[in-house]
Amino acid sequence: MSAPLLVVRDLTVTYAPPRRKGSLGTGAALSAVDLEIHAGEIVGVVGETGSGKTTLARATVGLVRPAAGAISFEGKELGVLRGRDLRDFRRSGQVQLAFQDPLRALDGDLTVAQVVAEPLDIVGGLDKAERRRRVDEALGLVGLETSFRDRHPRQLSGGQRQRVSLARAIVTRPRLLFCDEPVSALDVSNRNLVLRLLDTLRTELGLAVVIIAHDLSSLAGVADRVAVFYRGRLVEQGPIGEVLARPAHPYTALLTASAPSVQLEDRLHPDQLRHPLGDTGRTWSDGACVFASRCAFAHDACDEQPALLTVAGSGPDPTRRTAACHVADAWRTQLDPPLDRLDPQKEAVS
Amino acid sequence: MPASQPPEPTTARTHTLRVDGLGVTVGQQRRAAVHGVTFEIARGESVGLVGESGSGKTLTCRSVLGLLPAGCNVAAGSIVLGAGDSEVELTTVRRRGWDRIRGLRLAAVFQDPASYLNPSLTVGHQLAEQLRVKRDLSRREAHARSVELFVEVGLHRPEQVFHQYPHELSGGMLQRVLIAIAVALEPELLIADEATTALDVVIQAEILQLLSRLRRDHHLSLLLVTHDLAVVAETCDRILVMYGGEIVESGPTGEVLTDPKHPYTRALLSVASIGDWTRRTLDVIPGSPPEAGEQMSGCRFAPRCSAAREQCTAGPVDLTPLDAARSARCVRVDELALTSVGGVA
Repeated sequence: MSAPLLVVRDLTVTYAPPRRKGSLGTGAALSAVDLEIHAGEIVGVVGETGSGKTTLARATVGLVRPAAGAISFEGKELGVLRGRDLRDFRRSGQVQLAFQDPLRALDGDLTVAQVVAEPLDIVGGLDKAERRRRVDEALGLVGLETSFRDRHPRQLSGGQRQRVSLARAIVTRPRLLFCDEPVSALDVSNRNLVLRLLDTLRTELGLAVVIIAHDLSSLAGVADRVAVFYRGRLVEQGPIGEVLARPAHPYTALLTASAPSVQLEDRLHPDQLRHPLGDTGRTWSDGACVFASRCAFAHDACDEQPALLTVAGSGPDPTRRTAACHVADAWRTQLDPPLDRLDPQKEAVS
Repeated sequence: MPASQPPEPTTARTHTLRVDGLGVTVGQQRRAAVHGVTFEIARGESVGLVGESGSGKTLTCRSVLGLLPAGCNVAAGSIVLGAGDSEVELTTVRRRGWDRIRGLRLAAVFQDPASYLNPSLTVGHQLAEQLRVKRDLSRREAHARSVELFVEVGLHRPEQVFHQYPHELSGGMLQRVLIAIAVALEPELLIADEATTALDVVIQAEILQLLSRLRRDHHLSLLLVTHDLAVVAETCDRILVMYGGEIVESGPTGEVLTDPKHPYTRALLSVASIGDWTRRTLDVIPGSPPEAGEQMSGCRFAPRCSAAREQCTAGPVDLTPLDAARSARCVRVDELALTSVGGVA
């Protein structure tokens, strides 16, 4: 396999500790995260609010400085960049971030063409005709006609706005694109349109795409790999089909069990996987597994954060599929009730 | 009409809500954004109202709550809450009259819980306030009842939560607080308008579970408004699918999802992020839904429908009953029934 485009090693990010007494410290937003992203790959980053997904994106594009660890892009170490070098890297437009809320991320006073052209002005070095051509190219790639050029963001629907946001992100021809919750504000039909678009961009531009999402199932059919975060830690990563079909970490299993489905089939119920919140019956040390306080399978060993280990039976490549769980191989046998005779007594409404 | 009397369960299927021929107009030109919406919710029943943005689902539920945005008006139809002696025609209720209906008989939770709470008052205060005003409870009684309600909606350490401000709680906890406020006065009908859309999946599943439990324990009727078919699949007895301001299909959840009769319902099912993940394809419904109030001849879904024929746009299409429980607004419903539906087993 070719060298990865982005390598994140042991990345830790902390936001400033509280200055005043009584205010809340945020602690570590990301702890010891390892991740590799290859060119032409779509990777899903999944987790709940506050799990560190957005922080990962912000650290990679250089908006927050890591407390520890290293990020390298195309073999170039980003952590050592200072001053002019850091600014030059950021302005090169090699790594782009499409923000979460397209209405708030787009300047309401600018037209679509101006919004999309802005990153080019920052990169610089292009004449007016070339800039115009690149804007039209970007709008074409996201499926917006040139008649949209002079509209303002408020005159667009949610799906169109998200596409403008993407056009703005790809206009500098980046190598790596982070999309923060690109579909969570959209209808199902528009959702698939945007996801398809990301898949097209990946194929046509050879772009690596990182899709940040809180819903694991929304990534099915588009992502190649998925990385699941919980409270600032990477708890499981691997090919999306395998992770969805047979999650190794109880938190991933909880995510798949919680996703609403029209198939009322037998499957895991969330209550089998987690303690009712805050009702663990024991206190865990600071170094405990991040999921221990909610996990139905937590035991004494979980008082220490497990390392990211290869999941059993996932092939010869040890980094292909990993999970950070002491009971990754065993929890399925401890299910109550066991998996083979699931009680359909979930809050079924007949 | 005395509105504060409790409903009397006279027959097994007392209706909590009957909406008949509802029409809502938007703007100065009085363009019709919702027309001919008719449905009923029985006591203790849970009904899902599903549609894309702009389908009129939110206008419909806001009409029921008497909370239409400025410029929108109920132009036709009736909305009746309760049955028998406690019956109220909601379209004629004036400002003061709503005080005896909202909160007491009709309650709602919305998408963004933080914006429905006062940031400078503790959440406990905001729950206890209505118990004191509407139920005449003393400060101490209201506090005790509030804590009970917090326990009931699954908030941990309710005594502490009582004294916390909205900014100290997470989105899921705030939604639980709002649900506690909504059910505090034992309403007949709870409307949840995209109440779980902004939440994480794990929390969403918990909130849906909570709504189902409250419905069972309090014989509450539930109107769940959402764009996500998968959300209604697990929570609702019946589904109403809305498109372009009209109901295009209705029926029991299981039947509608396994055997959709209207092509739009079928299209919605094919694009939803549901079911078998390994066979997921990113289908898209071509085109875009009609603008609110757009004048169209015949079926409003026809321009986007792969099964559309000339007859579809020739004249008005009615919502036709197919059997006792199901109906669909499609002229080709009998022909299309022959084609099998893939995707959902």
